[in-house]
Amino acid sequence: MADPLYSICDLKLSLPDMARKPLFGPAPKIEILKGLSFELPRNAITGIVGESGSGKSTLGRAMVRLLEPTHGSISFDGDDLTHLTESALKPYRRDLQMIFQDPMSSLNPRRTIADIIAAPLRQYGLVDNLPQQIAQALDRVGLPQSFASRYRHELSGGQRQRVGIARALALSPKFVLADEIVSGLDVSTQAQILALLDQLCRQMGLTIAFISHDLSVIRRLCEQVIVLRSGEIVEMGNTSDVFDAPRHDYTRELIAAIPLPEPDTHWLDMETVG
Amino acid sequence: MTPCLTITNLSATLPGGARVLRDVSLDVNPGEVRALVGESGAGKSMIGKAILGVLPSSVRQVSGEIFLDGQDLGALSASKRRILVGANVALIPQDPLTALNPSRRIGSQMTDQLIKILGWNSAKAYTRIRQLLDEVQIRDRERVLRSYPHELSGGMRQRVLIATAFAAEPKLIVADEPTTALDVTVQKQILRLIATMQRQHATAILFVTHDLGVVAKISQQVTVLYGGMIIEQAGVSDLFADPQHAYTRALLRATPRYNDPDARVEPVQPDVLAGLQNELAANDHAWEKHLG
Amino acid sequence: MPSEHTRPHRFNTRLWLAGGWLLFALALALLAPWIAPHDPLAQDLLYGRLPPFWSEGAEPGLWLGTDSLGRDLLSRLIYGGRIAFMVAFAAATAACLVGSTLGLIAGYFGGWPDRIISRIVDIWMSFPPVLFAILLVAVLGTGLHSVIIAIAVIDWTRFCRVIRAEAMVQSRMDYVESARIAGFGRIGIMIKEVLPNVMPSIIALLSLEMGIAIIVEAILSFVNLSIATDDPTWGGLIAEGRLSIHQAWWVLVFPLIALFLTVLSFSQLGEGLKQRFDPILR
Repeated sequence: MADPLYSICDLKLSLPDMARKPLFGPAPKIEILKGLSFELPRNAITGIVGESGSGKSTLGRAMVRLLEPTHGSISFDGDDLTHLTESALKPYRRDLQMIFQDPMSSLNPRRTIADIIAAPLRQYGLVDNLPQQIAQALDRVGLPQSFASRYRHELSGGQRQRVGIARALALSPKFVLADEIVSGLDVSTQAQILALLDQLCRQMGLTIAFISHDLSVIRRLCEQVIVLRSGEIVEMGNTSDVFDAPRHDYTRELIAAIPLPEPDTHWLDMETVG
Repeated sequence: MTPCLTITNLSATLPGGARVLRDVSLDVNPGEVRALVGESGAGKSMIGKAILGVLPSSVRQVSGEIFLDGQDLGALSASKRRILVGANVALIPQDPLTALNPSRRIGSQMTDQLIKILGWNSAKAYTRIRQLLDEVQIRDRERVLRSYPHELSGGMRQRVLIATAFAAEPKLIVADEPTTALDVTVQKQILRLIATMQRQHATAILFVTHDLGVVAKISQQVTVLYGGMIIEQAGVSDLFADPQHAYTRALLRATPRYNDPDARVEPVQPDVLAGLQNELAANDHAWEKHLG
Repeated sequence: MPSEHTRPHRFNTRLWLAGGWLLFALALALLAPWIAPHDPLAQDLLYGRLPPFWSEGAEPGLWLGTDSLGRDLLSRLIYGGRIAFMVAFAAATAACLVGSTLGLIAGYFGGWPDRIISRIVDIWMSFPPVLFAILLVAVLGTGLHSVIIAIAVIDWTRFCRVIRAEAMVQSRMDYVESARIAGFGRIGIMIKEVLPNVMPSIIALLSLEMGIAIIVEAILSFVNLSIATDDPTWGGLIAEGRLSIHQAWWVLVFPLIALFLTVLSFSQLGEGLKQRFDPILR
């Protein structure tokens, strides 16, 4: 791949397994990511799909370096991020943004929407004409200006998610991680958010990693897809290739398990592969 | 044929007088799966709660009747109603973890209803649930019976709840988003299990969901709701082949499909939402008139 | 649409009743030298054990009667309030500052800071609190300062435990992670993001602690380990009243009522404030 934004090589990551923690002493480590290697093309949306326990959220958090890998390397835009300390990461943070699954929990309840969007701008000393910057950020995600003075509990689920997107984009980052950002939304709201993300990716030349468990959503939005299972890459490639001609049984099984909105009395009787 | 469940003109309000259910009328025939589908706030779960008599304390049923097997639930005393509903209606809940008491063994929770409502003795109840655990394909059932909920996986817990729901041979099961919390592959297994059990036991199911894909695969009849109001009711093949209401069409267009190469997904358009608001307003108007 | 935000601020009777009593009592205490009808220390053995104004044999101007040494009970109550409030504010604030800071650090950082702080709290809390206080005052010597220090030293653990748990919950929220994404440092996040969200709990606890401090001070006074001077304290009044319960019940009852109302008001105020400052509706 010519000049990818991310190059990830043999990435391994272990976390303490709290469920098996003995009464005294530290919890044993459990390997969540078991050696992943892939590249992320620029100005495109790459889907990361997997079921619970696949490690997709852990992978995302390692990519934006909220977690430190135990092995392997993460190269971002030519720079090695793998073991940078928090202070060394600071210059990169503005290019590594994230949109969270639950906007209720990711927006501080005690701050106004304007305050939430302004926080990253203030942090990086990019405040120039704040009211105008906030107006632009709201406008970008299709929210009315009157929302600037509101709090998170005054917004609907879809509106909260738009605020989450506005905040992530306030710094005009190179990369945005979107972690299950539509899974809590109604289909009509989900369709709006997907359309918005698609449009923003093109307008702003963003590179997006879109984590989801929903293959239909991935198909709608992403050019590339990575299928994860138990911390390993099962299959990756162009979305249309993977969906039209899945090479791995697990991918086939995943696809076959999606209930399409088309009545079919035989679908339930079909055995899943494997 | 008497419908297993008949609901007529059911309305329920919040303390301010705002209605969460607006003149809902529907039937579920014996052995039939009716899906209740809608987005959040559509009132789909409220209907199930009204049948089971577990509406939140702030919600009040202000009109309408619920008939179970021809028997008007409103005409019964609270205790008679509880016994009738307990013996004939079961629930498959959304969250299999919070639905089970974490500090009691699975076996004792599964036999609760059989012993307390049907008055069976313990031995008979255990024989029955062992049989059901076999039916839901739980292999080491003795271990499961002795387990606590946290020792089982999500899919396993949902199987236990399905077995519990069918144990008393209820006429009607309310399934409230039973697969929403599960992975797709597990969801398919659970849907298949519910469908198989439903056919074997000829149980009627009121299947609450937000997922049109699940609706298409599990149900024979569909009720589409918005804002507590019924938008459209039809047989499943008619509804998907020829949806009558603009909102139903919009919902279908908003649902992404992996097999659609163009993958067009269209949000619900403003004119459709405006139309819905008008319908809600007209319904409110009629309601106020009815109240006088 | 979520209807939560439309919930109106209802007039909170509990909050206003409690606040009203506390303001009244505080005003009396602050203005004691001007308001108190008599010198609280002036003895007049001719006027000993006079009953309150509605009883037979009451003396005009001595509204709540006198104690065995003929001192005006109302004036002593008002002056006792001064010490009660001083102890309440100083001790509770000190306990709050120490406890909340440590709790916030333990809950937010986790790991070894949490282990160390939590162990200290565990050990601290296994001493019987009143005995601990008596011991402390015995070591520090009697006096207002010792009482305040003793209460703060004992009760910071209460703040530490609750705030640690709250901070842990808040730290797991995505907005904390999102602040890291925005490039904030750990300490900045703790102060700017987590602290405001545990503030309602801190305020509620602070108010509750003021009530508890008054009680502890009263207990210390009762066992004669509070301030050494003759200045009247509510606990001291109760102790005196106990000796003459059969001859002059009022010497015991009026300080008890003042103590009861004030402590109850502090706890109600805390609850009310928490609700008031927490319109966040998680």
